[in-house]
Amino acid sequence: MQARDGLKKTPLYDLHVERGARMVPFAGYDMPVQYPTGILAEHRQTRESAGLFDVSHMGQVRLSAAGGRDAAASALETLVPAAMTTLQSGRMRYTQFTNEQGGILDDLMVTAMGDHLYLVINAACKDADIAHLQANLSDRCEIEVLSDRALLALQGPKAVAAFARLVPDCEQLSFMQAATWDLDGERLLVSRSGYTGEDGVEVSVPGHAAEALARRLLDMPEVEPIGLGARDSLRLEAGLCLYGHDIDTTTTPIEAGLIWSIQKARRDGGNFPGAAVIQRQIKDGTDRRLVGLKPEGRAPVRDGADLVDDDGNVIGTITSGGFGATVGGPVAMGYVPSDRAEPGQRLSAVVRGKTLPIDVTAMPFVPHRYHRN
Amino acid sequence: MADRLYTKDHEWVDIEDGIATVGITDYAQEQLGDVVFVELPDVGRNVVQHEEAAVVESVKAASEVYAPVSGEVTEVNSGLADDPSPVNSDAYGGGWFMRIKMADESDVDGMMDEEAYGEFVAELE
Repeated sequence: MQARDGLKKTPLYDLHVERGARMVPFAGYDMPVQYPTGILAEHRQTRESAGLFDVSHMGQVRLSAAGGRDAAASALETLVPAAMTTLQSGRMRYTQFTNEQGGILDDLMVTAMGDHLYLVINAACKDADIAHLQANLSDRCEIEVLSDRALLALQGPKAVAAFARLVPDCEQLSFMQAATWDLDGERLLVSRSGYTGEDGVEVSVPGHAAEALARRLLDMPEVEPIGLGARDSLRLEAGLCLYGHDIDTTTTPIEAGLIWSIQKARRDGGNFPGAAVIQRQIKDGTDRRLVGLKPEGRAPVRDGADLVDDDGNVIGTITSGGFGATVGGPVAMGYVPSDRAEPGQRLSAVVRGKTLPIDVTAMPFVPHRYHRN
Repeated sequence: MADRLYTKDHEWVDIEDGIATVGITDYAQEQLGDVVFVELPDVGRNVVQHEEAAVVESVKAASEVYAPVSGEVTEVNSGLADDPSPVNSDAYGGGWFMRIKMADESDVDGMMDEEAYGEFVAELE
């Protein structure tokens, strides 16, 4: 499965090339950044209809224990701040692997499925995450990397109705619920989730069946293929953190505004890496916070740009920035001092030596349209 | 109308009466993808050949546009401020960037004609 330049291919590689994708190296994989229609059109397609993303580069891990799912959940709770033992079967939660300083090693989705937990981890962190799981949990858990499975995300207001033509019962799922179904003799794990702010599903499928499934979806008139470029602009408009940009080992979940992902019992109970730091930050606050930022005018303000106060002092940094096709202008996220983190605060961003006005603003930039019952 | 000339940095120039109209090539806009913002020089600025004269921002990244010739910027395509899409859709027409009153007509020596540029681009792919 080695592509040119030592890059790995996903099971949909040939399909991407056939559809005219521009392929780029990403986290060790040769991935589609865009198709011929371009990133803006793909972004709008996803907001208005349905977009199909290949996210097979992400890691899929099955975590099980001799003592059953509760034992696996208890074990995983030693590595993440979110509650895992209270996660009901068919439900999923977003959480983070933390380090002893409260920094974030990776963010991940955890789904409780019958007798095990199913984890989806970032491509760039995959090897480190698996090593982390093995180093800490292998005495209690079986850690099975599902490298033979592909992962597709179908996102947008028409996504679930489209997928329901293949799996009618998928419409019964609410946001952050998951179930398995058989399609053409293959076992699919379908969750009503995604990372675009839109309704939709993520579908884990055996790699050998992924292309056929993708083709059936792309044959539907409302579905188009979407590359990593639009995936980034969609998640940014949705105010969702990107690992390696908005969160990393130097940022804590509290600084990043992810306190909602830590259930109350675990805030009180601690007992996860960095708990002392995170509990102190919950109690006393943090010096800085991740906020939404809206640059004035049309010029995008990109990650790495300094944020300065009226006196020109550097007070923060942009961590993600680009053009929001739905917003119709530039959008960004970055860290600012907590006393400047309220929406309405006006700061300046330094772009090519010039300072441009940029306002702290509420996120998401585009309202989420998740399907909640 | 004079023949369009091309630089290795993927700018084009079209010279008429000592005034060079400048833009980026169709290959360049294709590589950049959707252009969302263009920063143009001030009219009246004197630019030096090969120095940064404009910036074109695509969805993914910012890219410099270098002055293909030296001289005074006499006019810019100010419509791009509100709608930069002609850079993608009409790179050699409505997507032009600036006009430069040339200080030295020999600046075009060594630029490529359409055929040579086509071969240059073919080698890049």
